[in-house]
Amino acid sequence: MTGGDGLTISGLVKRYGNQTVVNDVSLAVADGEFFSLLGPSGSGKTSTLMMIAGFTRMDDGRILAGGRDISRLTPQQRGLGMVFQNYALFPHLTVFDNVAFPLQIRKLPRHTLRERVAWALDVVRLGDFARRLPRELSGGQQQRVALARTIVFHPKVILMDEPLGALDKNLRYHMQVELKEIQRNLGMTVVYVTHDQEEAMNMSDRIAIMNQGRIEQMGPPSQVYENPATVFVAKFLGEANLIEPSNLQGSASSERLQAIALNGSVVFLRPERIALTPPHAEVNEVDGWTHWAGRVARVSFLGNVIRYAIEARGVTLIADAQNARGLPRFEAGDSVIACWRDDDVRVLNHA
Amino acid sequence: MAPLMGLLLIIFFLPIAWFLFQAINESDQTVLEQIKRVALSPDITYVIWNTNWIALIVTLSTLLLAYPIAYTLAHSRKFTFTLIIICVIVPYFTSVVVRTYSWMVILGRNGLLNQALLELGLIQEPLGLMYNRLGVIIGMVYVLLPYLVLTLFSAMKGIDTNLLRAAHSMGASPFYAFRRIYFPLSLPGLISGCLIVFILAIGFFITPALMGGPEDVMIAMLIQREIELNLNWPLAAMLSLALLAVTLVLYAVYYRYTNLERMLGK
Repeated sequence: MTGGDGLTISGLVKRYGNQTVVNDVSLAVADGEFFSLLGPSGSGKTSTLMMIAGFTRMDDGRILAGGRDISRLTPQQRGLGMVFQNYALFPHLTVFDNVAFPLQIRKLPRHTLRERVAWALDVVRLGDFARRLPRELSGGQQQRVALARTIVFHPKVILMDEPLGALDKNLRYHMQVELKEIQRNLGMTVVYVTHDQEEAMNMSDRIAIMNQGRIEQMGPPSQVYENPATVFVAKFLGEANLIEPSNLQGSASSERLQAIALNGSVVFLRPERIALTPPHAEVNEVDGWTHWAGRVARVSFLGNVIRYAIEARGVTLIADAQNARGLPRFEAGDSVIACWRDDDVRVLNHA
Repeated sequence: MAPLMGLLLIIFFLPIAWFLFQAINESDQTVLEQIKRVALSPDITYVIWNTNWIALIVTLSTLLLAYPIAYTLAHSRKFTFTLIIICVIVPYFTSVVVRTYSWMVILGRNGLLNQALLELGLIQEPLGLMYNRLGVIIGMVYVLLPYLVLTLFSAMKGIDTNLLRAAHSMGASPFYAFRRIYFPLSLPGLISGCLIVFILAIGFFITPALMGGPEDVMIAMLIQREIELNLNWPLAAMLSLALLAVTLVLYAVYYRYTNLERMLGK
């Protein structure tokens, strides 16, 4: 938005007593990048964001925004935008005055101020709501006002703390799309905190998955999803089948995998990579495929996806089948054969 | 519901109504003439004016003290919080008479404060801190402080700290954020708290009676004097009625503001 150099954090540490909530976090967000901090509650993602914003004092580390060291500056001096989960709109001010607030601080001339506010409200499609009070708006509209109030003063970096967390699922998805579009059009640099992995994957250029104060893995959504580095990442980003190597017998290729998976490792496979076929079907023993005969233990109808729990070889596998025409349906108790390409399998170290 | 309403009616409403009715009837003048007499008497209008003036000064002084106290209270951690709340609440549960006499010990001609100041050589002769307007104000502010501190505290507690964080992140200085965000949002609590204090202040009796000078007669003292000394019950009734009317008007305003508070979602 302002052509800065993004945001660089190195060696960020936060301790409360003898508990380290953020432990040596380093990351670099490029200019115009949408970067998400994803993790469960207590993983240190919000603490990291609060230290970037300057609301929480850091115990160690450095923060650079647009090439400038902002580590010791007050929030007021940092010039970063912040969007809160509960919107944090000023309840006694109209939408116009809320959005004008950062410009009034900067003492902009009146007509410039009006133009800028009108522009920001147009971006979030709330041009007709300028005279309303925040409490007269819906949750989604309030969050859009909060966004307008942030983009209106062109901050170098915009920090967002679970901004869609209070919205219902359907609206949340629409807001994700809209927010992403605005971010891309304006070239905003965004650091986004969320615990919702779908949200992070939908919007982000890159995701950092946090656990116990550390970044476990960082990368584009498809990469962290397909190639998780740890068991934690594999489980956090979606359903995951984790198989002990000792169970991997049967095909030549599985046994090759088993050899790679040394002690203390586990084999990982996404549920949608498992195909199910009826037992009487012709099964070609193609090299590179594994076939396990098993029984359907449970069927969950999720709408677009049908999720089966398959018991085979003493392991319960989760298999997702598209709810599409032409695919066989199974009931609990049916015998099935679960097959997957060995290329889709990853070997992970135990946590 | 009905028995309770009946009880409240008998306990609270009937005695007042009966007193007013009897007292006004006792006089050989009509009610209108009585009202006229009160309104035209320079002595009585002086006391009414005096009462409101003292109540106003007391309210503003209380506010000046209570706002920073409530602010500290709303933004302090456990230890400081407990310390302040004890200092504010304990006197609240102590008799007004006891507290007024304590102030007399401190503020008297040979009181603790004058002695300390003389000892330090800051003054040459004792200051007149009591039996005058100043004494009345100090005593009343002290008694009324907890009411305003607690009302302000609850209003301030309702202000989302993220609002200030948001303001700071947009570049607002602490003072700017206070002026544009914090203070306006504490205003409903401030107004309703001040109204409570003012309503209580205009009915004060003990403190002005014990700590005031001959000039500092307030309306409650005048009512007591008319009943005890002059046995002029009709006049006392009229004065009570005047006091009640002012209180009710202020209460209506107060009620409006607390409604406003609820509308703001607090």
